[in-house]
Amino acid sequence: MASRILGSAIKRREDPRLITGQARYTDDFVLPGMVYMSVVRSPYAHARIRGIDSSRAAAMPGVLGVFTGQQMKDAGFGPIPCAWVVPASDTKTPPYPPIAIDTVRYVGNAVAIVVAQDRYQARDAVEAVEVDYDPLPVTVDAFKATQKGAPQLHADVASNVCFHWKVSGGDVEAAFRDADVIVKDHIINQRLIPNAMEPRAALAQFSSASGEVTLWSTTQNPHIERFLLSIDTGTPEHKIRVIAPEVGGGFGSKLPHYPEAAMTIFASKMVNRPVKWTETRSENYHSTTHGRDHIQDVEIAAMKDGTITGLRARVWANLGAYLSTAAPGIPTILHGLMLSGVYTIPNIHEDVFGVFSNTTPVDAYRGAGRPEAVFMVETMVDRLARELKLDPVDVRRKNLIPPFQDGYTVATGLVYDSGNYEGALTKALQMADYPKLRLEQAEARKKGQYLGIGVCTYAEICGLGPSQVAGAVGFGGGLWESAIVRFHPSGKVHVMVGISPHGQGEETTFAQIVANELGVGVDDVEIMHGDTDQTPMGWGTYGSRSTAVGSGALMGAIKKIKEKATLITAHLLEAAPEDIDYADGKFFVKGSPDKFKTIQDVALMANVAWNMPKGVEPGLETSSFFDPPNFVYPFGAHIALVEVDVETGEVALKRYVAVDDCGKVINPMIVEGQIHGGIAQGVGQALYEGAVYDDQGQLLTGSMMDYAVPKAENFPNFELGMTETLTNVNPLGVKGIGETGTIASTPAVYNAVADALAPLGVKTLNMPLTPERVWRAIQEARS
Amino acid sequence: MFAASFDYHRPRTVDEALKLMREVKDARVLAGGHSLLPAMKLRLASPSALIDIGRIAELNGIRAVKDGVQIGALTTHAAIASSDVVRRVCPVLADTAAHIGDLQVRNRGTIGGSLAHADPGADYPTIMLLLGATLTASGGKPRDIAAQDFFVDLFTTALKPGELLTSITVPPTGAASAVYLKHRHPASSFAVVGVGLLVEMRSGKFSDVRISIGGVTVTPVRAKNAEAALTGQAPSEENIAIAASVVADALENPLGDTYASGGFRVHLATVMTKRALTQLAWKAR
Repeated sequence: MASRILGSAIKRREDPRLITGQARYTDDFVLPGMVYMSVVRSPYAHARIRGIDSSRAAAMPGVLGVFTGQQMKDAGFGPIPCAWVVPASDTKTPPYPPIAIDTVRYVGNAVAIVVAQDRYQARDAVEAVEVDYDPLPVTVDAFKATQKGAPQLHADVASNVCFHWKVSGGDVEAAFRDADVIVKDHIINQRLIPNAMEPRAALAQFSSASGEVTLWSTTQNPHIERFLLSIDTGTPEHKIRVIAPEVGGGFGSKLPHYPEAAMTIFASKMVNRPVKWTETRSENYHSTTHGRDHIQDVEIAAMKDGTITGLRARVWANLGAYLSTAAPGIPTILHGLMLSGVYTIPNIHEDVFGVFSNTTPVDAYRGAGRPEAVFMVETMVDRLARELKLDPVDVRRKNLIPPFQDGYTVATGLVYDSGNYEGALTKALQMADYPKLRLEQAEARKKGQYLGIGVCTYAEICGLGPSQVAGAVGFGGGLWESAIVRFHPSGKVHVMVGISPHGQGEETTFAQIVANELGVGVDDVEIMHGDTDQTPMGWGTYGSRSTAVGSGALMGAIKKIKEKATLITAHLLEAAPEDIDYADGKFFVKGSPDKFKTIQDVALMANVAWNMPKGVEPGLETSSFFDPPNFVYPFGAHIALVEVDVETGEVALKRYVAVDDCGKVINPMIVEGQIHGGIAQGVGQALYEGAVYDDQGQLLTGSMMDYAVPKAENFPNFELGMTETLTNVNPLGVKGIGETGTIASTPAVYNAVADALAPLGVKTLNMPLTPERVWRAIQEARS
Repeated sequence: MFAASFDYHRPRTVDEALKLMREVKDARVLAGGHSLLPAMKLRLASPSALIDIGRIAELNGIRAVKDGVQIGALTTHAAIASSDVVRRVCPVLADTAAHIGDLQVRNRGTIGGSLAHADPGADYPTIMLLLGATLTASGGKPRDIAAQDFFVDLFTTALKPGELLTSITVPPTGAASAVYLKHRHPASSFAVVGVGLLVEMRSGKFSDVRISIGGVTVTPVRAKNAEAALTGQAPSEENIAIAASVVADALENPLGDTYASGGFRVHLATVMTKRALTQLAWKAR
């Protein structure tokens, strides 16, 4: 029975409330006396603020106050801290005032806030705040911003270079000196807008009587939010309660600690009322963090037979105008260390320049750093295959790390946990019937049809991660997780966890784990998360860590429950504890399975405590903290089939095969759901999405009328397969699955389009592969 | 997404609406609201008042008339797409309506609202020009405006202040075949390029050819040179190619955005015209 629960595709318990409108998001909360905040935002990408006249706005109906950055500073609110300062990179952390005080540095930068009785009054008053700007020169491109004569954003950051980080392994100079062939590319991994369905919101309630602050917030990590608020708001941590109610997707964009959270707290203090702010979609596009935005110069060295001997890259990573919470860690630790991919590339060197520009701050976006690494490696492998006239699958096979179970050290120094890359590739090729696909492609070309086949084999680093490593790489927090398991007298269970899922389904999967391990029904378990007053400290949900790390804590607490239950059972059955065994919800005397107590029997006795063993405390509640010994490294192989209309440049995705390995699968339906969404977002980057700024820093793709998020009609049915290679990093052998689809699908689809266009001589293509770009690339190749 | 404050009027008759349009300063007429309300929420438009014509029954409906089909300005895209009369008299119009936006848009958006808004990416203007529709306006003296005279500039029509578009009369396509091809914007679903084609064949040759192109220029245009190149000609691949090669003649000062430049739109219009011609020529054989 037990084994059926783990690995079973039971329906998500989260869904009924979500699809019937009973879920409560931050914006749904209404408190007595609540008023609304609206933010005055800069229309300029770079300007000095000469003055702010709020007198007209302040006199408008319903307005309780108009406040500036200086007032916020005077009230004791500090700059927004950056929580990830990567060592050995000379990182500059210029001040990031929550509301600009003398200079605005991107379109959307907050300049003042208005608090009013209703949202319309607040918005009207925003229009009436008169800001006198003195426009300054603008720079938006990460490479150009570092060049001589570029406008400077921050006084102490020369050439706008926030940091210069390096990673090296082996002897890359020798590899390039001795190579048979060197292949180069200049890759633009474009800027993306995360587009969570729920925009950001914050509702702050300050109690002047107790000095306590309660913040309802659209955060992926309420405990980190509380910790950082204690730094910049001046409110001690024990006086802050952060609640993340239902959160409608984040994809990393709700990981950062944002100025607006501090602003609502400040506003609540100023007007002595609860203050709510909910961003509009336009605000979301301009002031919620963006993702990616790399300029990469990359080259690989190889031998004639396809053996890759070296990889060298220089990367300019656009950080936007200010350092968001995790920004420096993404193009460095989460990107540069993954440059080996799934290959035995022995020699690697990369220079990464983190660059400030007059654009919206850039932070994590689904995959965060790994897509920028995997895309680089995987498209270069295809480039090499074309150069050597080899099948891209053969080149991959030539370089794949052989199967391993107990760790494999790559050139950048990471130790991958476990992997069988060949196995996943073989399965994907079988599912796609690769040889037949190649024949179909050849036939189609004779008829003037351009089919392309794209392969991506990937591994990624997630399940962040050991806290000791977090400290070593400059992350300002820990990366362990926690869980409390509490049995009630009737045998029902509450579990409190430090993670904060917002769509990933851990309320279901964690209940499956408890049911599987302790013999209670799945519906007998309630998972509580997202409230710093009701859940134990934990570091939140991002980096595909919730199950990989969180389940370790849960398993630890379950183990302690079993230990205590064993003592109680032994006492009740008058046996020695070492003679008690456990199976399927029953604690029994070894050799006498009819002499047993169920977990429910034990829970009742522990709670009433009428007859407890000597020295054993009443109650059946345990807690556990889990710090993993390593990251986890899920992997897989994806294959895309596209058809390119060479007359119009349109790309149609015809088939998509994905084989992913996330170790032990707890709920295959939830795993598949994560993969589906991930593929869609990754294909979005390949074909549709891209944030575009003009030279003046105006966001030209400022709405959903211009920024193309893919639609269901753009996709074929996904053909999914799985392999199961356990990890020994956590008790269940699970790896993260939240980001793999996004990481793998962008290069798979890009490689497919490049493959389709190769016979036409197309060499360069930049994402998104819109019809015009594809068509122009064909025209250039022909001329 | 919070509009500035405005007054709201809900007339019950066209006369009441016209009276309000004369009397209320800086008012805008609200039909399905699919263009105006987003503009107001973004504060790109801040009318002092809305005159909501949504409950005026006489503006809604489809009926066969002796010279085609008459469609009330308030008729939704969904109603047009599913109308037996439209499908019988002018099937290309029903097909076009069926592919506007998405289901929600088709259930709320109206033909009159779309035509009066005159978005260059809208589908109806191209089709009205193709079919030679007549647009009827009230206010002052009721008058009929030919489709070719109705679209004046970007978001600008021949409607005068105080005039309300009340109905559209579309002639039957009769023995002709017609098709509308659209290259959708991946974000907005508007037509980046829309090509309407109507052909009539006699004795194996094109006797009537009409090509109208939307999305490329500020208003939809007829590709007259391409039409002329085909009239009286056989529907051969070669003749179609010759006609397609002069489509661009009609497309001066093409519009462009981050998705598709003007030059690319002209190219798309050329390819799509060729494909539309090939499709109908194939059908005619």
